[in-house]
Amino acid sequence: MNFLISGAHISPIYLISVGFIVGVLGGFFGVGGSFLAGPALYAVGVPMNFVVGTDLAHIVGKSIVAARKHRALGNIDMKLGAIMVLGTIAGVEAGAQIIQWLKRTAHIDIAVGVTFIVVLLGISGFMTWESIKTLRLHGHGKATNKNRGREHPSKREPSAAAHIARRIHAINLPPYISLPVSGVERVSVWAILIVAFVGGFFSGFLGGGAGYIRMPCLIYLLGIPTHIAVGTDLFEIIISASYGTITHALKGNVDILIALVMHTGAAIGAQIGATLTQFFGGARIRMAFIPLPIIGVIIIIHGLLTGHSAK
Amino acid sequence: MNREVKGSLKSFVVELLVYATLVVGYFFLVQHFLADWIAHVFQGDRRVYAAAALALIVGQGIALELLTGALFALIRPRMDDK
Repeated sequence: MNFLISGAHISPIYLISVGFIVGVLGGFFGVGGSFLAGPALYAVGVPMNFVVGTDLAHIVGKSIVAARKHRALGNIDMKLGAIMVLGTIAGVEAGAQIIQWLKRTAHIDIAVGVTFIVVLLGISGFMTWESIKTLRLHGHGKATNKNRGREHPSKREPSAAAHIARRIHAINLPPYISLPVSGVERVSVWAILIVAFVGGFFSGFLGGGAGYIRMPCLIYLLGIPTHIAVGTDLFEIIISASYGTITHALKGNVDILIALVMHTGAAIGAQIGATLTQFFGGARIRMAFIPLPIIGVIIIIHGLLTGHSAK
Repeated sequence: MNREVKGSLKSFVVELLVYATLVVGYFFLVQHFLADWIAHVFQGDRRVYAAAALALIVGQGIALELLTGALFALIRPRMDDK
């Protein structure tokens, strides 16, 4: 199939398959999946400038499907999401501006690449330790069905790293807010904005939704239950990816037809991924998430070795 | 396999089939009616293109989800009766 805007010639089956895979990952983990979709588009000859913009456009559609499904399952904290939007947009803009400034500096690819490798390996290592410890302390982490319909299962979620969120909840920096949907009695609005800013910053800096940063931040820093972190993260990705789609489309970097075809597969995958979260406990989802930052590390190393920037 | 998991898997497969049918139909519609028009807009006015691109992907996301939800709501009661 010929795509007139980008000039690429790609099989629609390939696009639907790639969309399906990242859709399942997105629905299950609350990530955009750009670390897989980006290289997959590049591999079949989509020009690099179109890869980033087109991927962002398809992420918008996929995240809408997955977020609506998560909302039906009670997995989105709208109050938290609405506050985070402000930090996310500021972070996306800051990340995009800094990458433009850094591009003028020598050896920027190595400096940025090494920083990301350290951050992503840190996240992966910490989540491995936490998930294993939680599963050892609290059993197998399967989703419990005994009280389904009376209480959201994720609110009874144990975590070996709960003390980190407790310390952040205790920060005395008004104004404060309560998040009943997430079971958080009191947290500083600034803590939420900073977490959203960090997620947005990585999104603007590396491209994609940056769910692999925001999702662990929501769980470990703000103490949001895993299922709600996944759903709320998807809500945030809709905002950051929509913003990215508009800015990239204005620069002529979006082939919307590729995004629409990819999204048809992603829509199925996102439904499946979101539905699957019902059958897994939070610790299991966190453990399955661990390879994702490692895949990001591999992509960055590949980019550094071959001279293709991750962005 | 308990009854609840069996029921969920059954619903899951039906949802998947409905989606797959919609996807195939929609794919041909997009290819047939949209390709030339959107390429023309891309060449003509980037601001209109940016707005159209976002509207199309958001619209597709909502439409696919709503349509499947509606069809699934029709199918589910019949499956539960069996």
